[in-house]
Amino acid sequence: MSYSDNTHGDTHHGDHDDHGPAPGLMRWVTTTNHKDIGTLYLWFSLLMFFIGGAMALIIRAELGAPGIQFVDPMFFNSMTTMHAIVMIFGVVMPAFVGLANWMIPMMIGAPDMALPRLNNWSFWIMPFAFTIMLSTLFMDSGGPAGGWTLYPPLVLQMGDSFAYVIFAIHFMGISSVMGSINIVATIFNMRPPGMTLMHMPMFVWTWLITAFLLVATIPVFAGAVTMLLTDRFFDTSFFSAAGGGDPVMFQHIFWFFGHPEVYILILPAFGIVSSIIPTFARKPLFGYDSMVYATASIAFLSFIVWAHHMFTTGMPLAAELFFMFSTMMISVPTGVKVFNWVSTMWRGSMSFETPMLFAIGFVIMFTIGGLSGLMLAITPADIQYHDTYFVVAHFHYVLVPGAIYSLMAATYYWIPKWTGNMYDETLGKWHFWISTIFVNVLFFPMHFVGLAGMPRRIPDYSLQFADWNFVATIGAFGFGFSQLLFVYIIVKCVKGGEKATGEVWEGARGLEWTVDSPAPYHTFETAPVINESTLTR
Amino acid sequence: MSTSAQSGSHKVVAGKMLLLAVGMFGFGYLMVPMYDIICEITGLNGKTGRVSVAEAESQAAAEDRWITVEFVANVNSSGAWEFRPNVKEIQVKPGELYKATYFAQNLLSVDVVGQATPSVSPSAAAPYFNKTECFCFTRQEFEANSIKDMPLTFIIDPKIPRNIDRVTLSYTFFKSPEQS
Repeated sequence: MSYSDNTHGDTHHGDHDDHGPAPGLMRWVTTTNHKDIGTLYLWFSLLMFFIGGAMALIIRAELGAPGIQFVDPMFFNSMTTMHAIVMIFGVVMPAFVGLANWMIPMMIGAPDMALPRLNNWSFWIMPFAFTIMLSTLFMDSGGPAGGWTLYPPLVLQMGDSFAYVIFAIHFMGISSVMGSINIVATIFNMRPPGMTLMHMPMFVWTWLITAFLLVATIPVFAGAVTMLLTDRFFDTSFFSAAGGGDPVMFQHIFWFFGHPEVYILILPAFGIVSSIIPTFARKPLFGYDSMVYATASIAFLSFIVWAHHMFTTGMPLAAELFFMFSTMMISVPTGVKVFNWVSTMWRGSMSFETPMLFAIGFVIMFTIGGLSGLMLAITPADIQYHDTYFVVAHFHYVLVPGAIYSLMAATYYWIPKWTGNMYDETLGKWHFWISTIFVNVLFFPMHFVGLAGMPRRIPDYSLQFADWNFVATIGAFGFGFSQLLFVYIIVKCVKGGEKATGEVWEGARGLEWTVDSPAPYHTFETAPVINESTLTR
Repeated sequence: MSTSAQSGSHKVVAGKMLLLAVGMFGFGYLMVPMYDIICEITGLNGKTGRVSVAEAESQAAAEDRWITVEFVANVNSSGAWEFRPNVKEIQVKPGELYKATYFAQNLLSVDVVGQATPSVSPSAAAPYFNKTECFCFTRQEFEANSIKDMPLTFIIDPKIPRNIDRVTLSYTFFKSPEQS
């Protein structure tokens, strides 16, 4: 394959007519460069990770002993609510979008995202949305305290900051939808010849499907919160029984969005792990096709399982059975994925650098979270477990050693490509092992108190739950403070360190490893030649 | 910037995706009437049926079968009423028309408008619980401190499943939202 305009040679010497970034702060405000925007997203989510983490520590400090010690119950409730909103919309989603920005163009051999100005907008909306959201904590009426699920009628009883919360959510949604449209356009339009859909790296595939989920569900959420807004301020009665509405209907609309949302939070993680494990097992990904189909099946199934969040609202038997079995069905494609990751490692020449440790930690601990999810899918059991700490243990296992671990794995895996420097491997391993010990000390006891009946979102509890809650609080502070090590490692790597080669990892495959480290400001301005050695499969 | 790698128009893809987003926003609102229709068909949510007097009288009474109907009253926090059923429970024969009344007193010294919302439990009984007349069909206007006996007439369809021998009819009284 040859191109007549390809006169610059290959991209390894990419600083031909290359103009670097503009100097000064305005570079970051006006940038349309996918790498700059990716960096902005990643720093933003790291900052939010510590804000959301501080909220989690307030929650755990309060729950360290029975009784009320540090905060009043209203503030406690707004901490649980804000912690969820910050972690979901401010950490995991923007971090995945940041990785998509950095990596998708480089993985498919495109010069930039398809719609660079839209890209700038999608990022810069976020800091404003979160400033508005977090400012509600300082208002007289306090922040939202009815849970991140915003169930009416409770949420309609909150104070004047309600309108700010809805406004902020609308803007986060607009940012996500714009970012997703950009990703879909990039993947559909910007692939060079030879990079067929079924040759794309798994991370690109999972993001393509995630982007569709986002575009399909975020507007439903926007509609639901708009209904809340009009119920509160414009005398509609969508969820008010007095005017013929029904609060349970909100739960249906919310979870129609909410369940696909939880896959939005994990599918890109699957893609990251599917990129890392083959590198350090030095084998191509086992079962690429089945990985693609499994991802698509999970996405489809995510639309027909929402009512498993609402088994206790009183549903007819037929609906309970339908939602129970459709939920259990999700474990089939997810099981295919876990099987494929394990098979990729099977008889591979494995080495255990930090990204691989986090990836393996992901596979093991995500599976624990998946199994407790399967327990929760059983309707009669769920009626017992509903709104207990067992649910909290379940979704934290899939989100913290799941989604968050995948983000840490991704950071260690690609940071040499971003900065041109190797991170400190010894400290990275320390970070992994300390985090892994404490994350289990933090979340595993929650299974026990949950099964024993401890309800979630309540600042006080009966004495019999005291011991395990104290253990969980120790785990929380251990895990929280060990993330300072993560920041130290990142800053140290940005500032300097052993120079990374272009390939970085011995077993790495894919286009992103064919460019220099750090990646030049512009890559693949001329389409790369795709051949066997540059494809991941 | 090179366009050699570009295989389609960004505007077309972005436009289609935007259309999907707008469509799904509309779908969120479409779920509202869909929800009502599904509740009506299945009787979920305890939504009761409504029949005309003529329809009700044409139904044959069931053979020797008795069902206990319990009456429950609640007042939503938005209103200030004394609200209770005059009789707590009655024995009824499916297929026959019965009348019951609820007592209500406005505890405020201003005029208010109220609205009662019914719910039948178990929900499996809801599709068979039909009313010909009910104070919940209309808004109830109260003068300051006034008292009212509010009637309802109902008939239970003889096709009601045999395992149901007790039905609870619950009303929640709200301050009508238009005047809040």
